[in-house]
Amino acid sequence: MLLRQALTIAAKDLRSELRTKEALNASLAFSIVILVLFSFAFDPGSETIMEFSGGLLWLVYSFAGALVLNRSFAREKDNDCLDALIASPAPPGALFLGKALANCALLLAVELVSLAAFALFYDVRIGAHQFWLILMVTALATWAMTVIGTMFSALTVNLRLRELMLPILVYPFMIPALMAAMLLTTDLMAGMSIWGNDSIWVRVLVAFDFVFTALAVVFIDVVLVG
Amino acid sequence: MRDKLLYLLAAVAAVLLTWNIYKIFMVLPAEANVAAYKIVYFHVPAAITAFCGFFVALGASALFLATGNLKYDAFAAGVTEVALAFATVNLVTGSIWGRFAWGIWWTWDARLTSMLTCWLMYAGYMMLRRAIEEPTQRARLSAVLSIFGCVNVAFVYKSIEWYRTQHPSPVLSIRNGGGMGPGMEAPIYWNWLALACLATVLIMIRMRQEQVSREIDSLRREAHAF
Repeated sequence: MLLRQALTIAAKDLRSELRTKEALNASLAFSIVILVLFSFAFDPGSETIMEFSGGLLWLVYSFAGALVLNRSFAREKDNDCLDALIASPAPPGALFLGKALANCALLLAVELVSLAAFALFYDVRIGAHQFWLILMVTALATWAMTVIGTMFSALTVNLRLRELMLPILVYPFMIPALMAAMLLTTDLMAGMSIWGNDSIWVRVLVAFDFVFTALAVVFIDVVLVG
Repeated sequence: MRDKLLYLLAAVAAVLLTWNIYKIFMVLPAEANVAAYKIVYFHVPAAITAFCGFFVALGASALFLATGNLKYDAFAAGVTEVALAFATVNLVTGSIWGRFAWGIWWTWDARLTSMLTCWLMYAGYMMLRRAIEEPTQRARLSAVLSIFGCVNVAFVYKSIEWYRTQHPSPVLSIRNGGGMGPGMEAPIYWNWLALACLATVLIMIRMRQEQVSREIDSLRREAHAF
C-alpha cells in the first residue's frame, strides 16, 4: 500500500519533471561543464587520472545532485501543492519515498550520461563486468545521496535561505557515503575487485542506505506535519 | 537554587582546572624533545566532552519531539553549542600538537577528518537554527537534524577503524591497553571532569539566555498586539 502510494508520487514527480525538464537540463549541463573544467585542473591525457577518477566522478554527481534535490520540495511551494500533498490520503512516509525514488531515477540518468561523457573525454575504458559493478555502487550511493538530500530538501523547504542552507547541511552528512563510493569507484575503474578488502565499504553503503531510509521515513512526519 | 548550583559548579570547575594545570605542568615529567605532548591533557578531554555533548543533545532532541516542551529544545541548543566549542578546542589543540610532532598543521588522517566532519555537521545545525525564526518550527526541525547528526557521528566515527590512520593509537587504557606510563593517564580523566563541569556551567548559562530571549520575544509579541 505504502509502496503503491510512493510509486504514484514518484510517477507524478517524474512526469512533471520530464515535461519541463527544469532540473534535468540544468543538472546535465552543469555536470558536463564541470567535466570540461576538470581538463584544465590536470593533464587530461595522463595515466594518473585513473587514480582519482572515482573522486572526480562523485564530485560531479554530488554537485549535479544538489541541483535536482533543491527543486524536489521547492517545486511544490507554488500554488500550495505541498499542503495539498500533505492533506492527501498518502502518508508522509509515502510522500518521502515517492520523491526520493523520483530523485534517484533522475540522478541516475544524469550520472549515466556523465559517466559516458567522462569515459569519452578522458579515454577511460571500462570492462563489462566492471561496468555492472560500477552501476551497483552508483545505485547504492545515489540512493544514500537522495535519501539525505530529499530529507533535507523537506527540512529546508520553508526557509528563506533555502538554496544556501541545503548544500551546507547535505554535504557533510553525505561524507561517509561519498567516501565509500569514491573509494569503490576508483578501485573498479582501475580494474580491481571490490570483494576483498573493499567489501567493508559496500557494507558501509548498504548500512547507510538502510539506516537513513528508516530514519527519514519515521521523521518526515515531524518535518512536514509537525 | 539554580543560581547557587551554577556558582557552585563554576567554583568546582575553577578549583579542578587550577589543580590540574598545576599537576600537568609542574608535576608530570617534561619529555626533552616534545614538551608539546602535554596538550593531550586538553585535547582528549575536549573530544570526550564534545562527543558526550552530541549524545546528550540527541537525548534532549528526542525528549523535545516526545513532549513538545521547548525547555528541552533550549537544552539541546545549549549543549550542541558548547559541544561544538569543545570540538573546536579539540581540533585546534590537535593542530598545534601536529605541528610539533609531525611538522604539519593538518593531515587528512581519518580521525582528523571525522572530527572535522562532525564539526561541519553541527555547524550546519547552528546555522539552521539561525535561519528559522518561528520557535516551534525551529525546535522541531533542529531536533530532527540533531538525531540525524548523531546517527551520522556513529557512521563517521566507525570509519576511523577502516581507513588507514596516521593518528597515534588510542592512549587510554579503556581502549586496547593504552600506551601511557603509570600516573600519566589519570590527569586526563581529572581534566575531563574539570572540562565537563565547565561545559555544564556554560550550558546552564546558555539555557538561561534562551529562556530570557523567549520571554523577551513573547513580551514583544504582546506589545505588538496592542
